[in-house]
Amino acid sequence: MPNALGLERTDYKGATSTLCPGCGHDSISNQIISAAYDSDLPMWRVIKLSGIGCSSKTPAYFLKGSHGFNSVHGRMPSVATGATIANHDLIAIAVSGDGDTGSIGFGQFKHLIRRNVHMVYIVENNGVYGLTKGQFSATADEGQFLKYYGKNDLPPIDLCLEAIIGGATFVARSFSGDAKQVQTLLKAALRHRGTAVLDIISPCVTFNNSPDSTKSYPYGKENEIPLHEIELMAAGYVAAKQEITIPEYPAELVIEVEMHDGTFVRLKKLGEGHDPRNRAEAITLLERASRENLLLTGLIYYEEPRPTIGDTLSLTATPLARLEDSQIRPSREALDALMKQYM
Amino acid sequence: MAIDMQPDAQMRWQRYQPGVNDFALMVATKNGSGSQTSNVVLIRSLFKMGIPVSGKNLFPSNIKGLPTWYTIRASKDGYTARRATTEVAVAFNQDTITEDIANIPHGGVLIANKDLKYRVNRPDITVYEVPVKDIMSRGEFPKDFADRIANMVYVGVCCHLFGIPLDIAYEALLDQFNRKEKPARMNFSAIQLSYDWAKEYLEKRDSFRFEPMNKTQGKILIEGNDAAALGALFGGVTFVAWYPITPSTSLVDNILNHLNLRKDGDGKNTVAIVQAEDELAAVGMIIGAGWAGARSMTATSGPGVSLMAEFTGLAYFAEIPTVIWDVTRMGPSTGLPTRTSQGDLLFLYTLSHGDTRHIVLLPSNAEECFEFGWKALDIAEQMQTPVFVMSDLDIGMNVWLSNPFQYPDTPINHGKTLNKEQLEAFLQEKGEWFRYRDYDADGVGYRTVPGTEHPGAAYFTRGTGHNDMAIYSERREDWLQNMQRLRNKFDTARHVVPGPVMRMSSESGEAEAIGIISFGSNDPAVHEAIEHMAAEGITADYMRIRALPFSQQVWDFIEAHDRVYVIENNFDGQLCQILRMESPLSRSNLVSLTLGDTLPMTALWIHQQIVQHEEVP
Ligand SMILES: Cc1ncc(C[n+]2csc(CCOP(=O)(O)OP(=O)(O)O)c2C)c(N)n1
Ligand code: SF4
Ligand SMILES: [Mg+2]
Repeated sequence: MPNALGLERTDYKGATSTLCPGCGHDSISNQIISAAYDSDLPMWRVIKLSGIGCSSKTPAYFLKGSHGFNSVHGRMPSVATGATIANHDLIAIAVSGDGDTGSIGFGQFKHLIRRNVHMVYIVENNGVYGLTKGQFSATADEGQFLKYYGKNDLPPIDLCLEAIIGGATFVARSFSGDAKQVQTLLKAALRHRGTAVLDIISPCVTFNNSPDSTKSYPYGKENEIPLHEIELMAAGYVAAKQEITIPEYPAELVIEVEMHDGTFVRLKKLGEGHDPRNRAEAITLLERASRENLLLTGLIYYEEPRPTIGDTLSLTATPLARLEDSQIRPSREALDALMKQYM
Repeated sequence: MAIDMQPDAQMRWQRYQPGVNDFALMVATKNGSGSQTSNVVLIRSLFKMGIPVSGKNLFPSNIKGLPTWYTIRASKDGYTARRATTEVAVAFNQDTITEDIANIPHGGVLIANKDLKYRVNRPDITVYEVPVKDIMSRGEFPKDFADRIANMVYVGVCCHLFGIPLDIAYEALLDQFNRKEKPARMNFSAIQLSYDWAKEYLEKRDSFRFEPMNKTQGKILIEGNDAAALGALFGGVTFVAWYPITPSTSLVDNILNHLNLRKDGDGKNTVAIVQAEDELAAVGMIIGAGWAGARSMTATSGPGVSLMAEFTGLAYFAEIPTVIWDVTRMGPSTGLPTRTSQGDLLFLYTLSHGDTRHIVLLPSNAEECFEFGWKALDIAEQMQTPVFVMSDLDIGMNVWLSNPFQYPDTPINHGKTLNKEQLEAFLQEKGEWFRYRDYDADGVGYRTVPGTEHPGAAYFTRGTGHNDMAIYSERREDWLQNMQRLRNKFDTARHVVPGPVMRMSSESGEAEAIGIISFGSNDPAVHEAIEHMAAEGITADYMRIRALPFSQQVWDFIEAHDRVYVIENNFDGQLCQILRMESPLSRSNLVSLTLGDTLPMTALWIHQQIVQHEEVP
């Protein structure tokens, strides 16, 4: 069925993937395709960005109608910063890996968030360097064993925690085996203004898929604890302000946040619940999850967007990349007047 | 004295002897003491007297306290290179005064701050002692400013001794303080006080003096980095990312200073300036912006360029326009951050791994910093590649006498960038559009930028192997075809970059036996040396290279001369190495003359080097 732009879901596909069959990254690409199709995303406005790694190859495998840029290892954040400032009309979707983001690109990741670059930033987190054949990454489990590299003695970096501490206003964790949640979080992230960070556990079936690894399919399938059920409500939806009547859910267990474009993310709490609008609570939650080895998924932290880097630069309304020549070259008179000042 | 500013050579040739409006003054002070204002007032005063003048700041890598020397050269003949000798020394720094006195050439002048401890045993020079504290105590100065204003004492004394009219000094002060009368008056009162003191107590015993002339009419005084900033702004730069590093910092500072040139009707900026977290990010940002259709640039120096190596290779191979200014300083490593050098040439030319080649523009003066400032942005878009502009500390941070800048004589050039309508027309005409296909046989493809509202506009940009349809490819045919096209593109660039500038000695243009090749900030010294050598009967032709890659003209020049001296201010003779590496000529007649001693080149050094080589049988 065509979407509002008259496009079919297949129009949002990309080239055929060359990743290992069953790789978690491919299922995330699939959800990006669905989210973009469902969200009526105009592909000409989208840019796809990545660093280097198996994960970073994936932008070639979705949204063939969008410009893509597979850049250098770990330094995609700076490319995204430049591109989105050059043209603030662009919708940026970026894919990185846990090595790309958590090691070589850690500094750029933190600064991207600090600048609040307007984009969706997906980390396809498998705990290893897939493309260089299975070395431990900085998110690997402490004490984990791998065939060639032995024991990992270092504690993992929690990318969601780093994102929150760094000032991100939209931080989610998911599991690539949970297609529905991944897709809904993507749709919500696309509607956020500012950096939306999605740390998606995405198993590497070739190098890190044994059940004792928290980044494996068996582990995720067995142990994922969704914090809430997530739905995206269309713009114009107003129930949030009024009485909420969902039969089996008491009102205090439903949280709704309005996104930049007027849509709402509705979170129906599961289990003991979590309020993503509370920063301290989000940090405590992540610390507990790491202490108790819990794979908690969902929208971990959400905050009213703060200004993006572009907003702080006091730029003209037209995207810089589209300014007319007459707008970017001062006049002959301006030069002459200036030269007099130097005489 | 830490810096060897005086060549050990004797003044062998009459033409290098000082005279009226033809000598240099050296001011020795402590860094951060505020003496820069006084020095610029002296320079501006000479400029206003119509005397060609240039200034060079030899400063330490330090904020406050270490010694700094400022040389001011007046040259009736209009020479702006560093003068080999500084005849007048203003010794105002306790830490260096002994060396400063020792370094005054025979027949020179010492103006010493009498409050310092020193001994002079130089019957061959003229000595003036100035009791700075005593003079300052005759006036009333706000306590906070007294120290800084004390530097005006030597200005007043110089005005008296060398004949700078006080009203001109006041005008220079006004300029210096942006026409604000209050600070100008306060400083002027110190000048007046010391002038009056000098008039009463100092009897003029030397022969150095300035006389008004009319050789600066219509000229401007400007720093190279300021000129480069203006060039970029008039070139339509829309995105700047940077990370501070001497001596490039003032380039971006000046872009910020002139931001009023680039406001829209609502006072909003038409250029974004982002201070990055490091040079890795700065170059990533300008590449991202260039890819997205902005005219982007950064300014850095050697250590920053090192960090940019990988990204530069990406931009070269993915064919993304951007501009990188390298205002060079001494390396390797941190080297001497506040000293000038031309040591990055080879590095820039092939920066990054694999077979990469880059366009490098080589401005020689402020005027070219402006011109290449806007041209570099055009060339980057035209050639779809990163373009380096290599300036140096001497050009960038010193004040230069210059012609006023010419307004760009060509419209902004975006190269083969297709917008929605152009893409549609292209598709109609050719029936296809592939990003890296060489439709015009010049190696340059047609590009679109993100955000082009056309279903066929998108393509995938990558640093990995790709074919001309921008599709990932590991096929050797695709690889070779791509590399060959990139080489063809580089050959196209030979005709696009600014060509060499020639100075032939004979009016008919007939080649002499001696040729000189040089580039960048050496230019004023080369011209001066050529004129002095000609007076001694040594005639030489000169070709100044203004960009890499070379054009055929370069080889023609080398071929036409018996001996070609390649003069450069680095240790390894890097331009000469590139020439030797690429020369299609069978004979080798290149002689590498290299300096790389931390200081701007002098005519005397060039002259001595050439004479020495020519005298060898
Ligand atoms: C500067 C640099 N260093 C090293 C590499 C080699 N390299 C390529 S991918 C990669 C690790 C990728 O790991 P990750 O980001 O986790 O992606 P994955 O393959 O696991 O999806 C490394 C080290 C490189 N491409 N560039
Ligand atoms: S190596 Fe791992 S991460 Fe890479 S494609 Fe294969 S399964 Fe995916
Ligand atoms: Mg990984």
